[in-house]
Amino acid sequence: MKQIFALVDCNNFYASCERVFNPKLEGRPVVVLSNNDGCVVARSNEAKALGIGMGVPAFEVADIIRKNGVEVFSSNYALYADMSSRVMQTLSDFTPDIEIYSIDEAFLNLAGFGCSLTDYGRKIRQTVRKWTGMPVTVGIAGTKTLTKIANRIAKRSVKADGVLDLTESSYLSKALAQTPVEKVWTVGIKTALKLKRAGIKTALALRDTDIGWIKQKFGVVGARTVYELRGDCCYRLEQNPPLRKSIIVSRMFARPIESVEGLKEAVASYATRAGEKLRQEHLAAGVMTVFVTTSRFIENRYYNLHTLKFDVATNNTIELIQGARASIDRLHRTGCAFKKCGIILGGLVVENRIQRNLFDNVDREKSGRLMRTIDALNAGSDCPVRWAAEGINQPWKLKFQRRSRRYTTCWDELLEVA
Amino acid sequence: MITKVKTVHSPDLSARHYQSLFEAMVPAGFPSPAADYQEDKLDLNKHLIRHPAATFFVRVVGDSMIGAGIHCGDLLVVDRSLEPRNKNIVIAVVDGEMTVKRIRIHKKKITLEAENENYCAREISEETQFEVWGVVTSVIHKL
Repeated sequence: MKQIFALVDCNNFYASCERVFNPKLEGRPVVVLSNNDGCVVARSNEAKALGIGMGVPAFEVADIIRKNGVEVFSSNYALYADMSSRVMQTLSDFTPDIEIYSIDEAFLNLAGFGCSLTDYGRKIRQTVRKWTGMPVTVGIAGTKTLTKIANRIAKRSVKADGVLDLTESSYLSKALAQTPVEKVWTVGIKTALKLKRAGIKTALALRDTDIGWIKQKFGVVGARTVYELRGDCCYRLEQNPPLRKSIIVSRMFARPIESVEGLKEAVASYATRAGEKLRQEHLAAGVMTVFVTTSRFIENRYYNLHTLKFDVATNNTIELIQGARASIDRLHRTGCAFKKCGIILGGLVVENRIQRNLFDNVDREKSGRLMRTIDALNAGSDCPVRWAAEGINQPWKLKFQRRSRRYTTCWDELLEVA
Repeated sequence: MITKVKTVHSPDLSARHYQSLFEAMVPAGFPSPAADYQEDKLDLNKHLIRHPAATFFVRVVGDSMIGAGIHCGDLLVVDRSLEPRNKNIVIAVVDGEMTVKRIRIHKKKITLEAENENYCAREISEETQFEVWGVVTSVIHKL
């Protein structure tokens, strides 16, 4: 059977989440900043029009923000995650086969749907908007790569009004011609440069390139992209999400830390969070990397990391904290004002398939019980049981000065209406 | 192969799995005659929420809807998926401000009415930016 996919993509997702609960922001420039209000990570169309780039440090655009009354928000990840799950849940009413591709994108399988695909896309768009308040764009085509292109054009074209079906379209070649090659799905910056040097500047040109040459230059992945542009489906909906390869917990500090103890507190707190994540997913980590860095905007930037291997893969917070603190002893350098540290857990294995060690002297049964008890106590609790190593005041803890309320996940922060 | 998403996380806040002790704890002796009649526990979420993806909780401020039994501090269950009908209580957005009121739809005329004589009804004119944000389906009032 002929494959038909839809890519549903939320428009300016974080900024749109803010608008759902704050209708005054409609039509106004909105930006959302990354952790510790460092960089711009989302922009409304109005903010894009002001020339605010993606990923730029907030201080670089402070002038534009002030002069134009741009509304600025800290990231509200609790809200964004909940809104994402609402959008995905709404989408799953439209097809049994859905792949959640990222926080704000999903591929839907629409093969065998007898109706007009444009109408169906429009219905998806209207329903998601009504149910969740989220504006989305729908691109429909015979391959995932082509849905990306359809979606991109649907976002820009007034006529498309947020939905574009390229399955039977005489418009397809034109659509490919107006898509720069670097905007094609799976084409990275380096590949795009090489292609352009060879005179291949658009998706159309890439589609019509000799497949043998592509295979020789860019291997099987490159060839797949070309086949997909030609309408031959190479990528189905993704099977079960692949097992995680790593877990990262890293945050900027509210203010720089110089002391060893301060760093140890912070890193213990991140280790605790990392442990929770591991146990939630029933994983254990074989290696842990701790990294520290000063600001990247100063001279003599100091950045360093330390990796340690656990004798037996673990998801025990006590071991994680001990390891993390020991790493800090190696990484700390007197006189440095540290701006950020983090933990990366790797060598992940499924919890019940941990390779034991003959000389292991940790009572894993007992420590496992302790972890389960603490997790149970902390589930949904506003004042969790904490490890003393995390510190009490946590002055380094990130401030979300301009974070909106957690409207959907916190009883004390619900939307208030008179 | 096409993968089906088995679970999409829903905002079901209080859902718990209730493990019944009934079946588990009959090692010997006469089995409970009630075991066969065991049914699911009553779940308030199921009772109050028909469309989890579209349902939001909203906190009431002020007393404009007191006549409808909606008090300051009450919790409203708001379903965005429903079409507002005449006399529904809705969360409306009027010129960017959110408000909870009873909606009157008569022919093409829309009016928002408070349930408190200290407040006037407001007719929605053509120029007003107006949108129904969601329909209130329940009010939860703590005693």
